[in-house]
Amino acid sequence: MLVGILAIHGSVSEHESMLYRLGVRSVLVKTPEDLNGIRGLIIPGGESTTVGKFLSGTLGNAIKKLAMKGTPIYGTCTGMIVLGNVASREPHTLGLMDVTVKRNAFGRQVDSFEEDLAIPALGKKPFHCVYIRAPVISRAGANVDILARSGGNIVFAKQGNLLASSFHPELTNDTRMHEYFLKMCK
Amino acid sequence: MKKSVKRKTGTFKLKDGLARMLKGGVIMDVTTPEQARIAEKSGAVAVMALERVPADIRAAGGVARMADPAVTEKITKAVTIPVMAKSRIGHFAEAQVLESLGVDFIDESEVLTPADEVYHTDKTKFTVPFVCGARDLGEALRRINEGAAMIRTKGEAGSGDIVQAVRHVRRITSDIDEIKRMGDASLRKKVKEFRVPFELVRKTAKLGRLPVVNFAAGGIATPADASLMMQLGVDGVFVGSGIFKSSAPSKMAKAIVQAVNFYNDPKVVAKVSKGIGGAMKGLDSSKLKPEERLQDRGN
Repeated sequence: MLVGILAIHGSVSEHESMLYRLGVRSVLVKTPEDLNGIRGLIIPGGESTTVGKFLSGTLGNAIKKLAMKGTPIYGTCTGMIVLGNVASREPHTLGLMDVTVKRNAFGRQVDSFEEDLAIPALGKKPFHCVYIRAPVISRAGANVDILARSGGNIVFAKQGNLLASSFHPELTNDTRMHEYFLKMCK
Repeated sequence: MKKSVKRKTGTFKLKDGLARMLKGGVIMDVTTPEQARIAEKSGAVAVMALERVPADIRAAGGVARMADPAVTEKITKAVTIPVMAKSRIGHFAEAQVLESLGVDFIDESEVLTPADEVYHTDKTKFTVPFVCGARDLGEALRRINEGAAMIRTKGEAGSGDIVQAVRHVRRITSDIDEIKRMGDASLRKKVKEFRVPFELVRKTAKLGRLPVVNFAAGGIATPADASLMMQLGVDGVFVGSGIFKSSAPSKMAKAIVQAVNFYNDPKVVAKVSKGIGGAMKGLDSSKLKPEERLQDRGN
């Protein structure tokens, strides 16, 4: 199984290491051609204004087509923003998930935080969540499964083949989130 | 918003985490909200809020200090990307002010006039992450040991001359290559030279790279400069005077962002380098007098 990692910038190598640890081959995606043959795509953390710019052309359209065909896509942080919609004109998003995402929802970097969160979808043991200038889902459509909330905010959700988290499992040693996504890719 | 008592802020993981989110990106010096918006629109992953870009700090002379908080605040409000700001080396009170203003990253920078000849700021005492300049591995590890979550080459700020940044990144790479092959006994000797704990030296030797994100800075003026630094192994680039001292800042900014993303594709670097106007004039860093060399500040 080959899984793509969108390689504009951000936590690309961290997702790569996670997949490597799980014995899954990965390919870095910079152009539409790089999407050929992948069974799933990860959109890493970074800055959504930057990533959005690179997705406003052919690459973004190719990812949209891939999603429509049912290929699983998992977005962390910026990936969540890119998969959803924002209330403002910027950044450019793909609007694939029926959610509105609020950027920098917890504040600036000094407000970034870590916490252990109960996420039944990932097993009994709480998941260690690392939020960095993180977004949250402020509105979710009826067909969106809400998988976790933190302080009332939606921080983890799934809509069919699309998965999004506000936090960064790629910055921890816990592989359960990636295993969960890889099961969707099979 | 309800705050859970279990939430931890200001941890090293969170500081290092933000640095990791910037990897593969371009951080641009800006002096006004308008410039900050141009940088954001061009695809910068963060901006460095300043009163003057390094080339102008150099030209102005005198004591260079932290920017007026009003300038920093205006820039902070103008963009949604992370905002960095510079404090003088060892001036922890300036750093405290910057943290209270809500900046996302502090650059303890040799571009400003140092405030302490012996000590750098104890960065572990802060919630906000720090980036520091370095010319060799010992300097980089000392800063990391003081709590820096990110390193950048010092280069020669405001010069537009890439040679010093190249020298610093090559030096750090060769220093790491040297310790990679060492056993514990030799590594212990390095502890004295580097003046950092053994564990940090061993960790770096084992990783075969700096244990934190490492950017290039100090002299990047063109898309090809950015590509060169990326190919030499840095995780991203700072462009100081290079954007807003060029003849067409918006074009130059966009071109450098593309060049960093496609750094190993010369066709893309060629394409984005066309018709972007003139790069900053710059000055030959080898002709600088000792007192004009910013990189020698702090060690």
